[in-house]
Amino acid sequence: MSAAKPAPPSGATDPAPGPERPAGSKSGNGDRAAQVLREVSTGTFGVTFLAFVLALVIGGLLIIAVDDDVADAASYLFARPADFFTAAWSAVSEAYAALFRGAVFNYEASTVSGAIKPLTETMTAATPLIIAALGVAVGFRAGLFNIGAQGQVIMGATIAGFVGFTWNLPVGIHLLVALLGGVIAGGLWAGIAGLLKARTGAHEVIVTIMLNYVALYLLQFLLTTDAFSTGNQPKSPSVKSTAQLPLLLGDGFRLNAGFLLAILSAVFVWWLMSRSTIGFRFRAVGSNAHAARTAGMSVTATFVLVMIVSGALAGLAGATQVLGTEKFLTDGIAGSLGFDAITVALLGRSRPLGIFLAGLLYGGLNVGGRVMEVSTGTPIDIVLVIQSLVVLFIAAPPLVRAIFHLPAPRTGASKEVAA
Amino acid sequence: MSVIETKDAPGRQDVTVGAGASMRGPVVMLAFGVLSLVLFGLLPDSGGTTTFGISTSSDFVRFDPVELPSKATAIVLSLVALALAAYGALRVRGGRKVPTWVLAAFGAIWVLTFLTWAVTDKSTSLVSLLQGSLLLAVPLAFGALGGLLNERAGVVNIAIEGQLLTGAFGAAVIGSVTGNPYAGLVAAPAFALVIGAMLALFTVKYHVNQIIVGVVLNVFAVGLTSFLFGSVLKDNAAQLNSPPRLETIAIPGLSQIPVLGPVLFRQTIIVYLLYVAVAVIAVALFRTRWGLRVRAVGEYPQAADTVGIDVNRTRWGNVLLGSAVAGLGGAFFTIGSVGAFGEEMTAGKGYIALAAMILGRWSPVGALTAALLFGFADKLQQVLGVLQTPIPNQFMLMLPYIVTIFAVAGLVGRVRGPAAAGEPYVKG
Repeated sequence: MSAAKPAPPSGATDPAPGPERPAGSKSGNGDRAAQVLREVSTGTFGVTFLAFVLALVIGGLLIIAVDDDVADAASYLFARPADFFTAAWSAVSEAYAALFRGAVFNYEASTVSGAIKPLTETMTAATPLIIAALGVAVGFRAGLFNIGAQGQVIMGATIAGFVGFTWNLPVGIHLLVALLGGVIAGGLWAGIAGLLKARTGAHEVIVTIMLNYVALYLLQFLLTTDAFSTGNQPKSPSVKSTAQLPLLLGDGFRLNAGFLLAILSAVFVWWLMSRSTIGFRFRAVGSNAHAARTAGMSVTATFVLVMIVSGALAGLAGATQVLGTEKFLTDGIAGSLGFDAITVALLGRSRPLGIFLAGLLYGGLNVGGRVMEVSTGTPIDIVLVIQSLVVLFIAAPPLVRAIFHLPAPRTGASKEVAA
Repeated sequence: MSVIETKDAPGRQDVTVGAGASMRGPVVMLAFGVLSLVLFGLLPDSGGTTTFGISTSSDFVRFDPVELPSKATAIVLSLVALALAAYGALRVRGGRKVPTWVLAAFGAIWVLTFLTWAVTDKSTSLVSLLQGSLLLAVPLAFGALGGLLNERAGVVNIAIEGQLLTGAFGAAVIGSVTGNPYAGLVAAPAFALVIGAMLALFTVKYHVNQIIVGVVLNVFAVGLTSFLFGSVLKDNAAQLNSPPRLETIAIPGLSQIPVLGPVLFRQTIIVYLLYVAVAVIAVALFRTRWGLRVRAVGEYPQAADTVGIDVNRTRWGNVLLGSAVAGLGGAFFTIGSVGAFGEEMTAGKGYIALAAMILGRWSPVGALTAALLFGFADKLQQVLGVLQTPIPNQFMLMLPYIVTIFAVAGLVGRVRGPAAAGEPYVKG
């Protein structure tokens, strides 16, 4: 007991934080951000689980609040309260059951392929999410906020699509070139933000947000040109069969080789961040840019490289979307992929395996949400509410603990003192 | 247009550039001047005419539309712009700064030159162009004001988009239920407070990263409003989603001023509230004890804490106030313009508001100016789209974002925000 006590004062007497703050506010920002990101990514499994429970409960309450049958039962709540709770329960359970049927396993289907189709659809939807989130996570772990995955996905899809429907190349090579085009386009697009940060100190959050919109309008413009559009529609020709990602389970399913690319990307990011020298440099800059600079690393060059890797993955995500799932370009090719990728990266705590699972989960929620909307009339947008709440709760473990009256873990308490 | 941002000397921390940097303004001006002389003046064929309308049918004094020879006008205007650039260069050589009016006049003349060229052989009304610009600037300006109230206290507000959206939603629903648009106008900031309270809870109390919370709250706002729209509003549109619109109020006397009168003083109450908000926030931030404290908290919270200012309480207050102001801007989307609420109807305007705040250097007047520029670019894009000019309107739409990237990259004068923005304050 007395042995534990002396530790905090040595930290408290440390004068470093005070005088350092005004001098180097720029890098101080980065350190703080990296620290927060670390904290976000080191919550416990229990908090994650409870965060889900909370988000699903709030989602359920919203579903109850807008349900017509529940409203009818509520009008005679005091006469027959059981009706109210029955109606509320059936509203929520039907919606969530439809969500499950649409996302994982359709137990109402008459054929085997019909029953497992939802799972394959989930995997298809998860493919670009996982890849783009891996890119966002590489940035997070290097202390950079890449909010521009959306724009990088768009640029990747645009170039990959263009190569896919314009060029004539042999089978195999065509696909590789198209994928590579997407990777390069995404990487260069994000590289702009990295270069500007390295050269001028421009904050990557602002630059990447702005580049999202530039990319969107660029694609909209391209879709009006003859090179990209078919007739009057703002829609490109279909990607040639030589450039399409092969289907994995035959014609009945949309699941394609993009999913294998997602697995490969996860392994690659694991190797890059945990096993390679470059990844060590990324993480060193992310945890303490000052120390990294002192150790002889070029922080600015690392910024550029991190953004390029991050954007390249987002570009690959766009490429799988256009070459595997959609097969042609529209201005909605990226959907909300880039923003979903941020939440997936946060939920997966910036770790490849976590992101893989979080991507499947989000893919499932998105696919299942559509089935839920059709079968129970609950708008799919409830999924966005649940997804955003989960991330918020996971990021604030003290709030979750306070709601469930859980004691704060000892390690967490000492960390708060140190901060 | 981009030249306006050069009005300050380069940032203090920008040591490498030093005294020579102030020449950047005149050089950029000269480059743009030459560009307009060649592109709009010398290259086009002669013989075309440009027609500008300068009054509306309901004006007290009406003017006939002005018809100008396009080529000659563009050349003359370009030469005037070049003269301004030369004057700016002379001032800098004399060791002084380029006056703001020179930059403003240069920007205005450059845009007019561009218009003269773009509207060749067609006609457009300058009054409706400016009126529309101001209208489109309203949500941007309110959003930027809301953003700067947050950031001046040290909380980054990426959630402006979400606050605009919930504000728009609240205004539509409450306006419909009560049948009174002014009730909707009160409801808009109240609804946006929900997002503001969540932002403050997670960033100020729980120290979650402000950028993460902002991004996630935008998703939350889209999800929540779209969910309620799809499940409740769509089926009961008559009762819940058909608010009356705010009527236009012409201010007696002032609205009769030629050209500017109808632009500035024949608007809805939201626009007049904007004038008030800019003035009040400008005075409050820079001329009152409260403003000094807020800025201290945003620049150096440790010092503020030392002299007894409650940092986190100040941040709570400002985040809530900022979200309410942004929510007021949200009312524009529904009761201020089209009436009914639609899914994701703010369409990224919150991010342009963020950009306007940055370009306006975290000052209310600057934010309004930047919002007006972006509003003008947006309106111009609509007008040129109708007129079938050679510039694809997607490039006009890109303009605010590109200008912002240039601004934060310091290519047209460095911008620098409050020092402590983005950092949670942990006492100790």
